[in-house]
Amino acid sequence: MNLNRNRTKRLANSNTILIRPLRGWVPINLSELWAYRDLLYFLVWRELKVRYKQTVLGITWAVIQPFFMMIIFNLFFGRFVKIPSEGIPYPLFSYAALLPWMLFSEGVTRSTNSLIANDNIIKKVYFPRLILPISGIVSPLVDFGFSFAVFIGLMFYFGFGLTIRILWLPVFLMMALITALAVGLWLSAMNVRYRDVRYTISFLIQFWFFASPVVYSSATVPKDWQLIYALNPMVAVIEGFRWVLLGTNPPAFITTVSMVAVLAILILGLFYFRRMEKIFADEV
Amino acid sequence: MSDIAIRIENLGKLYHIGERQGYKTLREAITNIFTAPLRKFKEAAKSKDEALNYIWALKNISFEINKGEVVGIIGGNGAGKTTLLKILSRITPPTEGYAEVCGRVGSLLEVGTGFHPELTGRDNIYLNGAILGMEKQELNRKFDEIVAFAELEKFIDTPVKHYSSGMYVRLAFAVAAHLEPEILLIDEVLAVGDAAFQKKCLGKMGDVAREGRTVVLISHNMPSIINLCQRALLLTAGRLEKEGHPNDVVQHYLDTVRSASGQIVWPEAAKAPGNDIVRLQAVRILQEGIDGPAADIDISKEVVIEISYWNLKDGALLYTAIWLRDQIGTVVFSTANTTSVSLTDDPWYGRPQPKGLFQATCRIPGNFLNEGLYSVTAIVGRGAADTQILQDYAISFHVHDTGQMRKEYFGGWIGIVRPRLAWETKYTG
Repeated sequence: MNLNRNRTKRLANSNTILIRPLRGWVPINLSELWAYRDLLYFLVWRELKVRYKQTVLGITWAVIQPFFMMIIFNLFFGRFVKIPSEGIPYPLFSYAALLPWMLFSEGVTRSTNSLIANDNIIKKVYFPRLILPISGIVSPLVDFGFSFAVFIGLMFYFGFGLTIRILWLPVFLMMALITALAVGLWLSAMNVRYRDVRYTISFLIQFWFFASPVVYSSATVPKDWQLIYALNPMVAVIEGFRWVLLGTNPPAFITTVSMVAVLAILILGLFYFRRMEKIFADEV
Repeated sequence: MSDIAIRIENLGKLYHIGERQGYKTLREAITNIFTAPLRKFKEAAKSKDEALNYIWALKNISFEINKGEVVGIIGGNGAGKTTLLKILSRITPPTEGYAEVCGRVGSLLEVGTGFHPELTGRDNIYLNGAILGMEKQELNRKFDEIVAFAELEKFIDTPVKHYSSGMYVRLAFAVAAHLEPEILLIDEVLAVGDAAFQKKCLGKMGDVAREGRTVVLISHNMPSIINLCQRALLLTAGRLEKEGHPNDVVQHYLDTVRSASGQIVWPEAAKAPGNDIVRLQAVRILQEGIDGPAADIDISKEVVIEISYWNLKDGALLYTAIWLRDQIGTVVFSTANTTSVSLTDDPWYGRPQPKGLFQATCRIPGNFLNEGLYSVTAIVGRGAADTQILQDYAISFHVHDTGQMRKEYFGGWIGIVRPRLAWETKYTG
């Protein structure tokens, strides 16, 4: 047996993996993430399959929630409080905002809990842990698709039509997803060590809801506050959705600020996640 | 092309245990910021205790595994076996040193990882396969084979929550068995399923080894280590204690786990079980070829049970007896040194004994008991059947299978005893 041979020489082979202590900041390995795309697919698929199993209404749940919220908002904010909605019928005005908002809040909640919910596989199998928060933001996309279809019906009902601006929709959709992922990366990694994060999350989402123009228009925010306000990426996402679908004012300035903000949160979040990743299997 | 599959160099893993182990809360983290200056003072005094909160689960581990080699890792609980496998699987990083792994790794730290009870057998095959690192196409290709291996064709579209535990394990293992990595890391997964299925799995595993794949196997099942592995490593408290031929390493392990127990001694006669006629002094388990008492017995070796007692009445006629109980308390047999019961003629039976210390021994042949835990009830009586001492569960010992009777079959042996008996088949027609 060659126990003492070549002890100091490294194995020279292309598919050799070096396992060593991880200290400080760890680089992000995108090609590895890509290699595990099948796992992402199956995790999202499991999530959807399990969620709608044994429910009578099944996928209609995806539509019921935003639809009834829209009705309540319309009654209280549209009829009673009479919040200005830039000339758009209030149901459409609020539904257009609820579309990305529900996607975002579901995505943040699911990705935050993704690591703890999958602790059994984290402890037993290796895979890029980033897959988990990513699967958390991907699965609400299906719900989004269904409630979007309902929205289109609503648009035609109120006499609105789709325009060429729809081509911009993927940009704002991506922005909503990336914002959810960026926040989810931070919170999921913190959640492993600090279990109070999971109790904080509903409070945070509620707070964020009022800091975003879901029930009101961002135009009601004073000029001096606009820059700080725009640091919330959901402002640009929601105003972007309204512009694309309903033809309100294009949110050019807000979008620029928001994009910078979301990229900063995302990149820092990625590195924070990778830095914390090494403790996941031991502490989750 | 190198012929080495795994090389480990000075590997170490430090774990934090103790008070900070529990879930930390954000509140604690925040209050810590404010109390930090105060804590600095306390810490100086506490630093000694702090060091105790860390434990090296692994330390200074270095070894190499060649391509195509099947290596077994043994050791007691907490010896670091699973930690080592977790590091090699990249589930957790080491604290120091490094490991190089050459080839696609498949790790089986448990079977059925990620199984969801609400999903059908079909769905779980895909899910579990993907978690273990198989691709969708690969799963499509192997699907029928997996179902056939699990023998679950009829139930494949039933949610696994309706499966019996045996079916569940069969499905889980079937997926795992179809993993085709170049290096397979397995943690104690053979302990599942019924005997027939275990045999099938071991057969499959033997195939894996023959195909030239590298296998690292953790097991408490010494026979499977001896029969499947070409080399064994013994970990003790995070250190590599011994490596070499499985027979030697397993023997060494069984020798070391023979703890100081294996005997119970009452040094003071006044406090020993008994009365003013006779009192126990000690009960010991001894094994042929080993000095001193031993609580772990090699299945193939003779076991000696030794009962020492003080006779306190001059000229007493005493007998000694034993009940041997199995794990759940069933008496396997009872025996005594009386003339018609004992195989040998006990010189002190039926003969008036002077005051003093006596030592009675009973020999149980090797290859008679089954593996498992046995307890001894020590009995000393007077005359024909006048029991003076009945010390139930005086001492226990473990019988370990070392594989002599395990060349063909690795599953569990049914039965309270496992005697080696004479067999002969005749052709009569």
